[in-house]
Parts: sequence; structure tokens; C-alpha cells
Amino acid sequence: MSTGSDRHGFEFYGEGLRGVDLNELRGRLIVIEGTDGVGRSTQVAMLKPWLEQNGHAVLDTGMTRSALAGKGIKQAKEGHTLGPITLTLFYATDFADRLENEMIPALRAGFIVLTDRYIYSLIARAIVRGADPEWIKSAYGLALKPDAIFYLRARVPDLIPRVLRQPVGFDYWESGMDLHLGQDRFDSFLEYQTRMIAVFDSMVEQYGFEVIDASNPIDWIYRDLQRRIGRLLRES
Amino acid sequence: MQMYGDHSLPGRLFIVEGIDGSGKSTQLSLLQQWLKREGYMVFFSEWNSSPLIKDTTRRGKIKHMLTPTTFSLIHATDLADRIERHIIPPLKAGAIVLADRYIYTAFARDVVRGVSPPWVRDLYRFAVRPTIAFYFRVPLEISLRRILGARAGLKYYEAGMDLDLSEDIEDSFRLFQSRIRDQYERMVEEFGLTVIDATRPIEEQQYEVRALVERELRDVPKRPNGFGREED
Repeated sequence: MSTGSDRHGFEFYGEGLRGVDLNELRGRLIVIEGTDGVGRSTQVAMLKPWLEQNGHAVLDTGMTRSALAGKGIKQAKEGHTLGPITLTLFYATDFADRLENEMIPALRAGFIVLTDRYIYSLIARAIVRGADPEWIKSAYGLALKPDAIFYLRARVPDLIPRVLRQPVGFDYWESGMDLHLGQDRFDSFLEYQTRMIAVFDSMVEQYGFEVIDASNPIDWIYRDLQRRIGRLLRES
Repeated sequence: MQMYGDHSLPGRLFIVEGIDGSGKSTQLSLLQQWLKREGYMVFFSEWNSSPLIKDTTRRGKIKHMLTPTTFSLIHATDLADRIERHIIPPLKAGAIVLADRYIYTAFARDVVRGVSPPWVRDLYRFAVRPTIAFYFRVPLEISLRRILGARAGLKYYEAGMDLDLSEDIEDSFRLFQSRIRDQYERMVEEFGLTVIDATRPIEEQQYEVRALVERELRDVPKRPNGFGREED
């Protein structure tokens, strides 16, 4: 398999980034999306060594991992005082730093960029918090359109066992506690994740998500992703 | 989440803009003292001062790791925090909020750094529209004399060193300020900025500013007698 130079050509969603020559980008951008607890990171952790064994160089990245803003966001979230607009823009800063300093250089070098979440989670979080969808889409006009977006779709009851497996249980932000949706974290979690899934579902067609049922066993999802990614790499 | 111009809040928002050395902060401080003495509830907010974002901005600046895009986004995040925390709540309470620099600073600096003008204008649509946006217009030579005479050591981003305009930090600062001034001049009409001639004596400028502000203060509540009074 080769991620050769007969490139299909990247595009930006909107205004894009100045000074980036899209013709120089030779790699592939693959996104794993979905709400909290659907098993995205498990899949990324399996896909990366598989791709590497097949001779591809892989960069994996994910939210709040930027050198610039990652630490700041984590600290700010601990205080539980971030307003919705601030949270949205802080995430956008983290995303832009990783896009410019990690993802684009890797694509230029011919890597496969495998990202655990992309702009869609961030857009969904902003919309659920009442942001004007046109505003948030314009801000993320700086993002590249990926080669594929795999949306691991779960129903809310599927998420609960996974949440309870983590030591924190129902996390403040994963339960949308800043939105005051329920009496306790469980009630709030149900309502928040229901709204998040509804926004994700509304994006399927608009952004061309490939939907994968996340209630399937991990190995089944893994093989499905392998097939789809294999096809994508052969096509190009 | 309301967007620029959608807000209808009982308070008032007055902001000052201008290049470094235009004297805008001096004018805002004089305005603040007058408003307090008149008995209004006044809240002051300064550019780039959110405690939540501070460490991230500092990290980016010290390590010179900011690109035009992340420079723009981190400052937007800072203003968002101050708007959600320090500007909207006092405005809801009927207070007068004063801001030293506002979205026009971002528009000027970011566009000079090469960020797309429509993108950055859209980005800041969350900001509350000011009651009056004062622009202190000053010729470049005067502001440079004030700044370069008074201060030792310009900082990297402050002097626009990331733009590679000149190897010399003072030269770079001059060129950067001149481009920012051009952007302000373009925005006067676009955003209806109120221009104050900042070459005149401080007292005259302040008189004009107070007269313009006073016209906007009808129905603005004063603090009840004896409550919230500060040591004068």
C-alpha cells in the first residue's frame, strides 16, 4: 500500500489557514468521532500499530493534547468555572495549535493522521451549549476536510457501563453539569448525552460521516474499521 | 448564547482603542474616576487579563510558539472569559463597564499578522456591542516618542517580531504600529468608532469624552447611598 503522490487534494472547510499549500499535503487524515465513552481511543490504540505494521507512518492526536493549550484547558476545567463561549474558544485554540504544528506537518511528510475526535465533537458541544451553529462553523473554517470520518454511534444506555468502568464515574463535563440539566450527575448525563447524540446524528449527512454501530463488540468494530481504512488507502 | 448586537442589557459599555502611546488608558482612568464620583457602579476590564487563560498565553508568548491563528484564538478565548465573567453580569446589573482595548485591537493586530479579516470578525461575534467605542487617533511619530522614550525593553510579540519586519526590535515596533494604525483608520467607518484627536491636551480630550458619555447615561442607576462606596 502506498500513500503516494497522486494526491486527491485536501480542502479547507472555510477560510482555512494562510500560508498552507494544500498541494504539499500527501498524507491521509482519518477521524474517529463519537460521544464520550463509545470506545474511540480503544480503536485508535489498535489501529495505529496495525497501520504501522503495514508500513505507514502514523501520527495520532486528540483533544487537549496541544503543547500550547492542553494543560491550560485541563486546569481550567478542574475549576468548573468555564463559560460556554470560553470553553468553545479554548478548545478551538487547542485544535488550531495541533492542526498547524502537528497534523499539517505530518500530512506534508506523508503520514496518516489518526485523530481521536476532530472538530465535530467541538461543534456539537458548542451547539448543545446554545452557540449559534453558523458562528462555530465559521471559526472551524480553518480545519481541513478529512479523508474519512468514522462516527461510532451509541445509544445512551450503552454508554453507562463504560462510564462506570472509569474511576471517576460520572465526570462533571461528560455529564454536562455546567448546563444544569438534572438533579444529579446521572440525570444530567442522560440528558446531556441524549442531546449530544442528537447533534451528532444531525451532522451525519452534512459532513459525510460513516456510521458504525458502537454497541457491537470491540473486535467487530476494529475489523470493520480495518476494512474501511484498507479500502480508503487502496483507492488513493 | 447571544451574538454581537443581540444583547439588550441595562448597563453601558464604554471602550477605548488606539495604538500604544495614544493616551487611551490615561483617558479611561480619568473617566472611571469621574463616573465613580458621580455615584455610578463602575467595573473595569483590561485586555488580556483573564486569570483562567493567562498561563496559556504566557506559555505561548515566552516560547514564541504562537502562530497568527493561535495568537488570535487565545486572545478571543481571553475576551470570552472576561465577557462571560466580568462584562455581561455587571451590564445585567446596570453597571457601567469600561474596557481598555476590545475586539478592535484583535481585528487590527490579527489582520496585520495575516489572519483573514472576515474570519476574525466572525470569531468575535460573541462580544457585546459597546455603547461607545472611542478611538484615540494620534500620529505615529508622537506615539512612538511617548512609548520608546518611556519604556525599556519591548517584548517580542508587542513589537511584532513574529512578522519578520525587521531584525531590529525598535524598527519592527515602528513598522508594526504603523500597520496597526492603518487598520484602525479603516475600522473607523466600518464600526462607527468615535474618533478623539489625541494630540490635544489631556484635559480637553477628557472633557469631550465625558460629554459624549454623559449623553448615554440617562436611566443608568446610581448606587444607593452609602452602599458600595469606595474610599475616595
